[in-house]
Amino acid sequence: MGELSMRESYGRALADYAALNPKVVAVDVDTSMSTLTHFFAAKYPERFFNVGIAEPCAVDVGAGLALGGYIPFVNAFAALLALRSLEQIRTCVCYTRTNVKIAASYAGISDFKDGPTHFAVTDIANVRALPNMTVIVPADANEAAQFVPLVAEYEGPVYLRISRGNTLPVHTLGAPLQIGKGILRREGGDVTLVATGSMVGRSLQAAELLAAQGVNARVVEIHTIKPLDVDLLVESAKLTGALVTVEEHAKIGGLGSAVAEALAEIHPVPMQRVGLADEFCVTGRTVEGLLDHSGLAVADIVSAVQQVLKRK
Amino acid sequence: MMCLTEKQIIALEDKARSIRADSLRFIHTRGAGHPGGALSAAEILAVLYFHTLRIDPKNPSLETRDRFILSKGHASAALYAALSRRGYFDARELDNWGEVDCPHQGHPDRFKTPGVEMNSGILGHGVAVGAGLTLAARMSKNPCRTYVLLGDGECQAGIVWEGAATAAKYHLNSLVAIVDLNDVQLDGPVHEIMPMEHMADRWKACGWQVIEINGHNVRQIAEAFDLALEIHDKPVCVIARTTKGKGVSFMENDSNWHGNVPNAEQLKQALHELGAEVN
Repeated sequence: MGELSMRESYGRALADYAALNPKVVAVDVDTSMSTLTHFFAAKYPERFFNVGIAEPCAVDVGAGLALGGYIPFVNAFAALLALRSLEQIRTCVCYTRTNVKIAASYAGISDFKDGPTHFAVTDIANVRALPNMTVIVPADANEAAQFVPLVAEYEGPVYLRISRGNTLPVHTLGAPLQIGKGILRREGGDVTLVATGSMVGRSLQAAELLAAQGVNARVVEIHTIKPLDVDLLVESAKLTGALVTVEEHAKIGGLGSAVAEALAEIHPVPMQRVGLADEFCVTGRTVEGLLDHSGLAVADIVSAVQQVLKRK
Repeated sequence: MMCLTEKQIIALEDKARSIRADSLRFIHTRGAGHPGGALSAAEILAVLYFHTLRIDPKNPSLETRDRFILSKGHASAALYAALSRRGYFDARELDNWGEVDCPHQGHPDRFKTPGVEMNSGILGHGVAVGAGLTLAARMSKNPCRTYVLLGDGECQAGIVWEGAATAAKYHLNSLVAIVDLNDVQLDGPVHEIMPMEHMADRWKACGWQVIEINGHNVRQIAEAFDLALEIHDKPVCVIARTTKGKGVSFMENDSNWHGNVPNAEQLKQALHELGAEVN
C-alpha cells in the first residue's frame, strides 16, 4: 500500500499548488477534516469557504466564484456531490460552463465503514452524461496529487474522483500525465485490461497471475473517463481482440459502459466488465476486504479474463 | 440618499411600461413564456437597468460592472426587454424567439444573450451563485455589486436558504436579493400551495438586513437600492410586494397567467390597458 492515502495526497497537493496559483480557492461542506482540505484552509483561510452541510450550495457558490474569475475546488463526499448536487452541477457548472472543479472525495466504496449511504458507485455515470464535463479518476495517491495542477489549469468543469483511502501505487512520480490520454501500464497481446482508479493496481496484479497461466494481458489505465481516449482503446482492441474493464463503480454507466459505447461503434470485440453489481453494497471492516467481497477481487479480474478469452 | 426627481420617476415608469409591453409581445411571438412574473417584475427591472446598475452595454464584460442574476429565469421576457431597451442588443432579434435559429433562449443563457450574467430558469440558484460572485469580488477588491431577483414561490426551494446562510456568514453587504413577492405560483396562490408568510422574518433570521417596499413604486425601489449601499455588515434583502400580471386586468393575481400565452386579441387589449402603442 502507498504511504499516503489518496485524499491526503490530494489535500496536501491542493494546499501546495495554491501557493503557485492565487486564483485557486476551495469550498467545503463541513468535511474539511475528511476531504483533507484543512491543509488548504490552514494556509489560506481567506481563500477557503466552509458553507456547512449544504452540498448544492457549495456547488452554486463555486459557480459564483468561477464567474468572478477564481478557480474553485468544491470539496465534499462524492455520493452527495454526484447525487444531491447533480442538478447544480448540470445547470450552474456544465450548462453555464463555469470553471468549477468538483473534487469528489470518498468515492467508490472507499468509505467502507459507513456503507451504502456514503458509497458513490453511480457518480461516474451521473456526471459523464453531462455535456461540457471532464471526468478524471486518479489511480493512486501520487497521481491524484499530479492531477491537481492539471485540473486547475484546464479550462472548464472537471469532476475529480478521489478515494478515501490508500490504493495500490501504480504511478511513478514525475511520469507525464495528460488529461484525456490513457496510459499503457503493461504490454501484452492476449487480452486488454482497461482499468480506472483503485482497480489499476489490482489489474496489474491480475496480469501477473495471468502471466503465470500463460496469458499475456495488456493493461491500460484510463484515468480520464471523459473525454475517453478512444484511439488507445481501439488500438488495444485491435491488438488483443478482447477486453475486460475494471472499475470501483457500478457496472451500469461507468468505465465499462463508456468503453463499450465507444468500441461498439468502431471496433467491437468480446468484452467483459468487472464492476459492482446492480445492488447496494454492504459495510466492511477494511476497504481491501470490501473490494474483495464486492466482486472486485484480483481473482474476479482473472476470472473475467478467462471468460472473455473463451469468446475470442 | 439620492432622491429621484419627478422627471426621473416618470422616465422609469415609462421604462416599466415598455418592459411590460415588450414582454407580452415577445411571449406572444414565441407562443410560450411566463407573462405573470414578467409583469410583476417590470418596475424592479426598470429601476435596476435604468437607474441602479453600473453597467455599460458597449462593454458588457467590464470587470467592475455590477452583476444582475435573474434567479426567477422564467421572467426571461422581461429581462430581454430590459436588456434590449438598455442597448445590449436589438429587440428585433426576438422577432423569431422560439425558433431554433434565434440566439436568445427560452430562459437566459449567458453565452447567447449579451448582458446575461448567469444561466437560469430552474429555480433557486441565484442567491448561492450571487454569494459566490460577491465573495470573488471581495477577494479581488472589485467594487462591483451583485443583485439577485427571485420569486416568493422560489423561496420554497431549500437551496435559497443555504445560499442566504452563506451570504450572511460572510457578511456579504454588496449582495442584494430582491424578492418579487406576488403571492402567485404555477398551481395557485403561494399562501395556499406552500405558505411563505413572515417572509421578512425569514430573511432577518438568516442574518440579512430587510427592506420592505411596494415593488411597483419606482421611487421606493430606487430608495431601497440606495439604502442598501449604507449597509456595511450584512447582505440586504428587498422584499418587494407586487401583483402578478400587474397592469393587465385579466392577468392580475391569476395563476392561469403564470405560464399562459396571450392570443392576438388578448395582446391587443393588454397593450391598450398598459397604454403602450399597438403594433
